[in-house]
Amino acid sequence: MQTSYRSSRILLPVRPWFIFATMFLAMLLNLLPTAALPAFPDWVALVLVFWSIREPRRIGMGSAFLFGLAMDVADASLLGQHAFAYVLVAYGASSVSRRILWFPLRLQALQIFPLLLLVQVIQYGLRMVMVGGDFPGLSYFLGPFFATMLWPLLTFLLLLPQHQPVDHDANRPI
Amino acid sequence: MMDHQPPPFFKRGPAPLALLTFYVALSLALLIADARLQMLEMLRQGLSLFTHPVQNMAHLPGQWVDQFGTYFVSLARLQEENSQLKRTRLDNVTTLLRTQQLEIENQRLRRLLELKERQPASGQVAQILYTARDPYSRRVVIDKGLQDHVQAGQPVIDDAGVVGQVTRVFPFVAEVTLLTDKEQSVPVQIVRTGQRSVIFGLGNGQLELRFLPANADVQNGDLLVTSGLDGIYMAGFPVAKVVRIDREATHAFARIFCLPIAAVENFGEVMVLAPRPIAALPDALAKETAANERKATSKSGQARKKRSMKE
Repeated sequence: MQTSYRSSRILLPVRPWFIFATMFLAMLLNLLPTAALPAFPDWVALVLVFWSIREPRRIGMGSAFLFGLAMDVADASLLGQHAFAYVLVAYGASSVSRRILWFPLRLQALQIFPLLLLVQVIQYGLRMVMVGGDFPGLSYFLGPFFATMLWPLLTFLLLLPQHQPVDHDANRPI
Repeated sequence: MMDHQPPPFFKRGPAPLALLTFYVALSLALLIADARLQMLEMLRQGLSLFTHPVQNMAHLPGQWVDQFGTYFVSLARLQEENSQLKRTRLDNVTTLLRTQQLEIENQRLRRLLELKERQPASGQVAQILYTARDPYSRRVVIDKGLQDHVQAGQPVIDDAGVVGQVTRVFPFVAEVTLLTDKEQSVPVQIVRTGQRSVIFGLGNGQLELRFLPANADVQNGDLLVTSGLDGIYMAGFPVAKVVRIDREATHAFARIFCLPIAAVENFGEVMVLAPRPIAALPDALAKETAANERKATSKSGQARKKRSMKE
């Protein structure tokens, strides 16, 4: 199932509430007790990158900033730490959005990885510059690896509501 | 004059780079205001009203699993636990009664000697809800907040010893920084020798007793209790036990590693101690500090004037 620009498949337009519902779900996933496990991906960053690439005009730096602030408060981290990282990543994702969808999913994932790594690196840098603190361990930087591996699955799941029936209907143009 | 603006058919708002600059500047301003000036507690409390329900929702499945587990705990085990608890209570009753009597006696003696009276320990029981997700610090969240008159700075203990200190209060919950956090320090006293020092978290579950000379009289297994000199922790609560001492001739200080006595990194119930009343300074000292403060403010005022003159 190809969902890049190369495929001739035409998707239905996305519903705006679905974007925000998935962002909210990602935040919920981030706040699960499992988030303390090593190498767990940052779901909000992953879904944010996905929608910034797919729908750069519906979700952008503004929502990234707001979700970042919410994560900061929920996380008990510095106020603005997640917001800063998410805003930069949303910008990065929307600026590559026209190019990246021409690649097959595996190569897309390869280009997503530096963006997701950037989220962790920025937060680490900000934290060390601003207040200092414990080194969170290398597993902190492993999260983006697993998030990258989830990219094809995520693409499939999040685009499911936009898929059209594969069998052609004689009475329908598309 | 010709207008070179594009037609308004494809209105897309401000340019992405302008938006990026705006949001980056905004988040940097927030970061600095939060980290350096500590001004945003109100904003944080307001935002927590939105995030707190989400967090509660995220922790529901875990709670269900817990409840499911405890529901099927066998009756026999509960009965056994109950009888054991009764036994320990009976064991403790004699010491408890005696302690009460000793406390009264102590109070009377202190009054006779005209010493300051000791404050009795009081507080409220709170439950640890979850660990804060921030990987850079060691904090937990307890289920008592502004609603229960918890204040930042209150010490938190469990049945074995000091756990940490309340550092941030939200309407319904509060954040407790654990002893093992890198930013946390507690003034302590070695029980065996009475020597005072300060213990610091290392961030890896251990604590370090600093500023003791290399030849200090410290042994493995020494118990450290709060010294009470800070005006925050009451004296005498167990904090840590010495586990390793490195005495190197190259350093002036010994490196003394300790492990916390309380179950610091475990979940469970804790007690938030009531804040200690601020000890009033003797009259002469109070006047002196007031005079010093006045001098300091006038000095800084002068410095500011000078700086503005230079500019």
